[in-house]
Amino acid sequence: MKHTFWTLSLVTMLLASCAPVDLNAPVPVYTTGVDPQAWSLIPAGEFLSGQFNHPVTIENDYEMMVTPVTVAQYVDFLNQAMANGTLTIAADQIVGFYPGDEFRGVNHEVEITPGDYINVPLDDPASRFNYDGTTFSVNAGWEHHPMTNVSWFGAWSYCGAHDYRLPTEMEWEKAARGTDGRPFPWGDEIARNNANFYASRDPFEDMGSFGSRTSPVGFYNGGTYDGYVTLASASPYGLYDMAGNVWQWMADVYEGQHYRYMRGGSKDTYEMDLRAWVRNNAAPVYYSPGVGFRCVRNP
Amino acid sequence: MQFVKDRFTYLFNSTKGLILVAIAMIALETALFGMLSGPMAELGVRDVVVKAFNMDMVQAEREGRIIILYHSIAMAVVAIEVYMITGLIAMKAFYRTASRVLITIGYLFAMVFGMGFAYWGHNWALHGLYIAGLTLIFFSGVLLAIGIWPWEQGSLRTDKAYAVTRKGLDLERAAFFTMALATLASVLFGAVPGSYFGNGFETFLAENIIRQPHKTLLEDSIIGHLHIMLTLIAIAITLIVGRWLDFKGILHKIAMPLMIIGTIVISIGAWSVIFVAWAHTIIYVGSVMVMLPALFLVIFGWDKFIREGVAGIQKPTGWQKLKALLRDPLRFGPLWQMVFMNFTVSGVGIFMAVKLDEIIRVLPWREERITLTGHWHILSAIIATIILFYYGDMIGLKGKLRQWYGWSIIILSDIAFGAVTLFELKRLFVSEAEQQPLVNILMLLADFGLGMLLVILAMVMIWRLLDLFRKKGRWTLEREQEDLSTEAK
Repeated sequence: MKHTFWTLSLVTMLLASCAPVDLNAPVPVYTTGVDPQAWSLIPAGEFLSGQFNHPVTIENDYEMMVTPVTVAQYVDFLNQAMANGTLTIAADQIVGFYPGDEFRGVNHEVEITPGDYINVPLDDPASRFNYDGTTFSVNAGWEHHPMTNVSWFGAWSYCGAHDYRLPTEMEWEKAARGTDGRPFPWGDEIARNNANFYASRDPFEDMGSFGSRTSPVGFYNGGTYDGYVTLASASPYGLYDMAGNVWQWMADVYEGQHYRYMRGGSKDTYEMDLRAWVRNNAAPVYYSPGVGFRCVRNP
Repeated sequence: MQFVKDRFTYLFNSTKGLILVAIAMIALETALFGMLSGPMAELGVRDVVVKAFNMDMVQAEREGRIIILYHSIAMAVVAIEVYMITGLIAMKAFYRTASRVLITIGYLFAMVFGMGFAYWGHNWALHGLYIAGLTLIFFSGVLLAIGIWPWEQGSLRTDKAYAVTRKGLDLERAAFFTMALATLASVLFGAVPGSYFGNGFETFLAENIIRQPHKTLLEDSIIGHLHIMLTLIAIAITLIVGRWLDFKGILHKIAMPLMIIGTIVISIGAWSVIFVAWAHTIIYVGSVMVMLPALFLVIFGWDKFIREGVAGIQKPTGWQKLKALLRDPLRFGPLWQMVFMNFTVSGVGIFMAVKLDEIIRVLPWREERITLTGHWHILSAIIATIILFYYGDMIGLKGKLRQWYGWSIIILSDIAFGAVTLFELKRLFVSEAEQQPLVNILMLLADFGLGMLLVILAMVMIWRLLDLFRKKGRWTLEREQEDLSTEAK
């Protein structure tokens, strides 16, 4: 009897671990009141950068999107880009041209030659958009969530198509933490209802099945959603989601590296990765349900 | 007063007492600070602990805190190895006593004051005492190396069953000596950059700079240091287990020269990370040379257990041989862990090295960091379990208790290590979007395994604590058992 109990428990656990995840499980829909079309001005000047607050000066003013690019915004771009031929379909991928990078042959460096590269995959069940063969559309409920499953090339294409650009790491960091050296956009400490991170117990996650999911952009604005109270977590310049929700692609292309850098941490990482100086990187073709982006422009 | 004096003498002036104190200190530190990360943080336990103990957790100092945390644990592990070596190898009483005194004060200073500095604000007096502790440990190592000088008069071995030269030089002792010397030199590769980066907590974790194509000399030095120190701790425990199990015969004769040369080669390889791009080639050669003696030890040990177990049976069957092999989990355990390590550490490491650009470096750095940290956490924990097997034998566990203790460590730790290995490599067989159920079960298994191990350790520690209150407790026996070599099995 005792053996049966333990065997059954073990088998149940193993079966549970193999159970398919419902990637289309319903998502709660909330209006955050934060406009994804809005921009914020970040003034030129010095700020404290990195873990040890070294002063860095940014020479020019710039404007940054108040939120990451949403699925709805990106789907509009996909429809336009497909219509005007800037993006095309190739083997279950939407691809676009990239002019390539200088290759220096450093150890582990991969050459990025001029050519077509993946912007978004078409066959990934974790994507929040749909393609019916002619038109892209947003999966219901995900309109105001950050665009994910987008490669660095996809982010670069989006910003470029609008005459914007991806932020540099320094631009992003200053926008996230201001000038007083704080580790998080809102201050020195982090609580579960400051941001969407791993096991932060937000209304979008279910750690028993699909795990952590994105939250609508601007969700952590001090509002209350069906009893879930968020803290006002904008950066000193009024930017939302600068910590958690999705990693954000950066513009920098470093000498001798093909890696592209990301900042901000995501729904899938512990809070230590949400500190403003923490960097992540991956090959530019990489895409994930936890990676998105936002753009900057010159005022 | 005599009550306290007797216990104090046992705990701080006997081999087994010193080992008990160090294990207890590690257990306490692990139990307390283990509640600050991973699932404990997810469950909200960390917040309670931080508040209850009034810890000062400045975000920018996380990396510095972690570096002091694992140094303080590692120093206690090194202390245990020094106690074991000084208990197993003949040396002058002065060097035995002096090296033990210095390392005991050293690791206790490093642990208490280091953790005080790291987790309870920046009192620089505490930092100074932490550094003083590390310095004492270094000088303990110097005295140990002098004490086990292979050409020491009276240390020549005449028994030809062991690895000895024609002139009687004990090559096992020479292997211990080489390891001690290599450790002292390798310490400098951490101490020098540590002095630079440690000034004001401006420091980094090696796994965080792994993808930087150009590293500074001091950054490379840190990377070389951490790899070689863990390797040397592993070499030390392999030699200790060899002594405990009375490793001898032809395999011993091949193993010891290999271990000496391998230790030198792998150390030079790790140090040369700073100077040459092909340092890994040297490291690979050294790795093979130090892993072969471990393999020979496993072959020797398993053969020995089987022979002993089937003694008296004329034609033993395969089943009888297997039973003989497994009949004593405390002696089988260390050798099994050395084999199991190849699945969870060496195998994964080789796979990563071979498929680095093709698979690992396409993924985000964060995924690579998980494999790297999992990799060395498992190796450290395997070394810890081997110490626990030896300790179980040392404290005279017998009968069913010995079976339960030994098999619990083997099964629970291997469940945990296996789960962590699968967790490290999960991206090879499950997508990010679909990973959560698998992550849940793997984390459950890892936490269950490690948690239950800590419970077993706590039970042993409580037993030992209660024993100290008995007039004729086991401690009175252990107080007299200074020479561990007489207990070689």
